[in-house]
Amino acid sequence: MTADLGVTAPPPADQAPALSVSHMDVTYRVRGQDRLALRDVSFLISRGESYGLVGESGSGKSTAALALVRYLPSNGRVSGGTISIDGLDPLSMGTSALRDLRARTVSMVYQEPGRALNPSMRVGRQIAEVFEIAGQSSGDAQQSAEQMLRKVQISDPGRVMLRYPHELSGGMAQRAVIAMALARSPSLLILDEPTTALDATVEAEVLDLVAALRQEFDTSVLFISHNLAVIAKMCDRVGVLYAGELVEEGPARAVFENPRHPYTVGLLRCIPRRGQRKDTDRLDSIPGFLPTPGVTVTGCIFAPRCGLARDRCRQEHPPFFAVDEVRTSRCFFHEQAPDLPRATPVSVAAPAADGTGGTAGPLVDVERLSKTFAGGVQALAGVDVSIQQGETLGLVGESGSGKTTLARVLLGLTAPDQGSVVTLHGKPLNPDVRRRPREILRALQIVFQNPDSALNRRHTVRALISRPLSRLAGLSGAALRDRLEELIASVRLEDRHLPLRPSQLSGGLKQRVAIARAFGAGPEVVVCDEPTSALDVSVQAAILNLLADLQRKEQATYLFISHDLGLVRYLSDRIVVLYLGRVMEVGPSETVFDGPHHPYTEALFSAVPSLDLQRPDRIRLTGEIPSAADPPSGCVFHTRCPRRLPTGICESTEPPLHEDEPGHQIRCHIPLTELRELQRSPSVSSPHSESG
Amino acid sequence: MSGSVPQPAESAVPSPVDPVAPVAPLDRTGGYLGATGAAAVAAAGRATPTRWRLLLRRPTFYVGAGILLFWVVCAVFGYMFAPYNPLAQQLLLNNTAPSAAHWFGTDPLGRDLLSRVITGARDILIITPLATILATILGTALGLAMGYIGGAFDAVVGRIVEAFLAIPFVIVAFMFVVAIGHSLVGITIIIGLVFTPLIARTVRAAVQVERSMDYVPAARLLGENSGRVMFAEILPNVLPAVLVEFTVRLGYAVFALATLSFLGFGIAPPTPDWGADIQANYIGLPAGYWWQTLFPALAIATLVTAVILIADSVEQVLAS
Repeated sequence: MTADLGVTAPPPADQAPALSVSHMDVTYRVRGQDRLALRDVSFLISRGESYGLVGESGSGKSTAALALVRYLPSNGRVSGGTISIDGLDPLSMGTSALRDLRARTVSMVYQEPGRALNPSMRVGRQIAEVFEIAGQSSGDAQQSAEQMLRKVQISDPGRVMLRYPHELSGGMAQRAVIAMALARSPSLLILDEPTTALDATVEAEVLDLVAALRQEFDTSVLFISHNLAVIAKMCDRVGVLYAGELVEEGPARAVFENPRHPYTVGLLRCIPRRGQRKDTDRLDSIPGFLPTPGVTVTGCIFAPRCGLARDRCRQEHPPFFAVDEVRTSRCFFHEQAPDLPRATPVSVAAPAADGTGGTAGPLVDVERLSKTFAGGVQALAGVDVSIQQGETLGLVGESGSGKTTLARVLLGLTAPDQGSVVTLHGKPLNPDVRRRPREILRALQIVFQNPDSALNRRHTVRALISRPLSRLAGLSGAALRDRLEELIASVRLEDRHLPLRPSQLSGGLKQRVAIARAFGAGPEVVVCDEPTSALDVSVQAAILNLLADLQRKEQATYLFISHDLGLVRYLSDRIVVLYLGRVMEVGPSETVFDGPHHPYTEALFSAVPSLDLQRPDRIRLTGEIPSAADPPSGCVFHTRCPRRLPTGICESTEPPLHEDEPGHQIRCHIPLTELRELQRSPSVSSPHSESG
Repeated sequence: MSGSVPQPAESAVPSPVDPVAPVAPLDRTGGYLGATGAAAVAAAGRATPTRWRLLLRRPTFYVGAGILLFWVVCAVFGYMFAPYNPLAQQLLLNNTAPSAAHWFGTDPLGRDLLSRVITGARDILIITPLATILATILGTALGLAMGYIGGAFDAVVGRIVEAFLAIPFVIVAFMFVVAIGHSLVGITIIIGLVFTPLIARTVRAAVQVERSMDYVPAARLLGENSGRVMFAEILPNVLPAVLVEFTVRLGYAVFALATLSFLGFGIAPPTPDWGADIQANYIGLPAGYWWQTLFPALAIATLVTAVILIADSVEQVLAS
C-alpha cells in the first residue's frame, strides 16, 4: 500500500535538512479503536526554506505539527515512519533530550497568542526566561529580550516588557510570541495558523515580519494554514493535505496556478476570484464530506468526492506521481486534474430584470446613527447608510469598526443613541426588538457567524426551522409542513436531518439550518454577519452559492458583513467601508474595488493576501486601531494613514463624506483625482475589466 | 439522492455517494480535526452513545450506586430485616462490645446498634432528597432570574445571597429551627432553604454563559417573550449543571442533617438516626465504647461517599 516516492527537492549537499518526515503515520486511540489521523505523510524542508501545509479542518495539519515535536495528546502516537529534525530523531528521544529539542531546535507559534503566554507573568520576564534557560545572566537576558522585541517591530519595547499579556492587543501578543519563538534561534519554526485570529491589516504586518525574520535568522519554517492565499504568499513550497494524506506537493506558485490533484483544483475553484460576481457566476464546490477519521479506504482517499474518479481510483491506492522534477501528485490521472468537471454549474441564468430601479426610496435608511457604549466607547459615530431593495450591501472593516453594532441596531438588539434614525420603508423602527410588531420581526432576520452559538443545541432541526413559520408567518398544520419541506429543499437539507440536533450536523449543515430559519418567514432584509467565517473553504463556497440563489429566489435584500474582501466582492452590489464607527467610503462594489479608494480601503485591499498574485502590495498600515473610547482628532484615520497630508489638516479637521463620482463617496481631504494619481503610480495591476 | 444513504447517522464512509450529490452523509464525529484537532479527536463522538450509557461505563458510578442502593434497601425494608427492634431497650445488656449476637454492639440503653444503623437510614433518605429537590427548584428559579434579568435585580439579589452564604450554615439553620421548629417537614424546609442560594449561584453562572449565546437574540428576533426564552431556550441548556449541582448538594444535605441531629436540632430521639446516635453515645468514647460512635459515623461516611461518587460520575459524563 505504501507508495514509494522519491522524496522531492533534494537537500543541499552538505547538511541534514531542517526537517525530514518520511512515511509518517499518526494514530489516535479513541474508545479502544485506533484511528489513523495521518497516513504515509512524507515531506522535507531544506535549510532556510519555507514550507506550507494547507488543508481544511480535519485534514490533520495540526496533528502533523504536534506529532513532529511529540506534543500529541496522550491517546495519539506516531505509529509509523520516521522524523528527523536537524538530523535528530524526536521519536527515539528520552524526556530530557526531547525537552532540549523543544527548547533549542524547534519553536512553535500557535493561533491564539493569548494562550501561549503566561497570563500571570510580565511579557519581558517571559521572553527573558528563554534566554536565561539558554544560559544568560538575568541582566543580559533582560537586554536580549528587549532587543528581541525590537526585532519584532514593537516600537516601545521597554514599556511592553512591563506589561501583562492581557494588556497587549492580539497583534502585539503574537509578535511577543514570535519573539519568544525566535529567541532560541531555532533551526525550525512551526507556525500553526499564526494570523488566523488577527485582523487583516495586522495579519499583513505579522506576515511581513515573519518573512523578514526568516531572512534574518535563516530559519526554516513550517507554515500551517487553511488559507491558501496566505500560504501562497509565505511559502516556497507547499503540501496539500486531505483527510490525513498529502495529496499534492510542489512549489507554491506552481501548485496554485496549475494544480494537478483534483482536490487542489476543487479547493481553488471554491474561492471567489476577481471578476466572479453573484449575478453571473456560481462558485464551484466539492461535493460530499471528508471521510470519518480513521476509516480505512482501499482506493484513493478523495475518490468518493472526485469528479474524475474511475474504477481504478476506488480499488487501488494511488502512489505519488511525479508531475515534473519538483512536483508530485497522488492521482492516477493528474494530467487530467485541471479538467475536473464542475460540481455546480458555472453560470446562472441571465440576471433577473433589474429589480432595484424604480422603487421609491431605500428599503432601509440609517441616518446620523451613533452608539456610545458605557465607558464612552463610541462604536458608531454619525453613520448614514441606506440599503436599496434587492441589493446586497457589503459592510467592510476591521474588528472594532462598528460593523456588528450597526447590524445589531438595525435588528433592534442594541439601542442606538438619541437622535439616530433607522427606518424601514420610511417608517422608523422601534429600537427595542421586544417592542417591534410581528411584521417588522418578520422583515428583519439574521444569519449569525457561528451556528454553534446561534442554534440552540437542545432543539431539533425541525423545531428550529418550524419556529419562525409558526411564530412569524402564522403557519400551522399542513401549510407549515409544506413550507418546511420547501425551505429545507431550498437550503439543500434533507428530511432525515429534521429529527437531529445541531451537534449531530457538520458545520456547513448547521449553517444551512440557520439560513433556513432566517428565511423561514419570508424576510425582506437578511443580515449575514460573517456567515462563512467559521466554515471551511469548500463548505463556504456552497453556502455563498446558496445565499446568492436564495436572494434571487426570495427577492431578499442582504446586509453582508465580512472581513473577507473576496467574498464581499463576489456577493455585494454596494460596499460600505467602516473605520472606528465612521463611514470612510461608500460606493458600487466594482467602483470601490477598482479605485480610486479611500486610503483605508486601499490599505485593506493591500493587506489581504490574494491568490491573484499580480496584485502588488501597495501600502501597509502600521500600528493598531486606536481606542474607540478616545478616537483621534480630525480624520480618525490620520494616525495610521500612509497618505496623510503634510499640511496638518488631517489632524485638525474631520473631512466630510464627499461624492466625486455618482454613488461613490469618500471621506478624505485628498481629492478623488489626486487619489487616482497616487494609487496608480506603483506598478499597475492588470486592468482585468469585468463587465457585468 | 436522499434515498441513497438509508442509515446516515451511522454510515462510516461516504462511499455510496454519487460524487456530485450536494449533500453527503452526516459526519457524526463532526469530522473536525482542526486547530484543536488532537483534542477534538480525543473527545470525538461525544454525541454518539447516549449519556446514560457513558455513565454506565464508569466504575465509580457503580460503586456509588451500589452503596446508595444498599442504604435505600435499608431505609425501605430495614424494619423487616433488622435483627432486633431498634427501640427495644435491654438495660442488662447495655454497652456490650460487638459480638455474634450484636454485631455492632449495643448502646448505653442496651439497644442493638446494627438495627439502629440499618433503620436509621430511613429518615435521612426521606429528608435529604426532598430537601435537595426543594433547594434545586428554588435555586434554579432564582438563579435563572438573576442570570437572565441581570442588572439591578441581579446586583441586589446577588448581594443578599452572598450575605446569606457568609453566615455559618449552623447559625442559619438554628435561626430557621427557631422559626419553623424541628419537625420532619421543618427540617426538610430548613435544609432546602439553606442550600437554595448555593444552587442559585451556580445556576446563575451557567445562565450567564448561555445568555451570551446567539440563540438568545435569535429567539428575540422570532418574537419570543422572556418566559419562553428563559424556560424553553436557556433552561434546557443549564439542566446538566443543575443535575450536577443536585447530586453534589445531596451529599452535603446528608452531612447537614447529621450535623443538625448531632446538635439536637434534627431528628428527635428515640427515632433511630445516625447523627443523633453519635450525639447520644460519644460521651462513651473515653470509656472505650468506640463502636457506639464508629458505626453510625461510618454509615454517614458511606452514604456521603456514595452520593459524591455518583455526583462525580455525572459531572464527568456531562463535562465530556
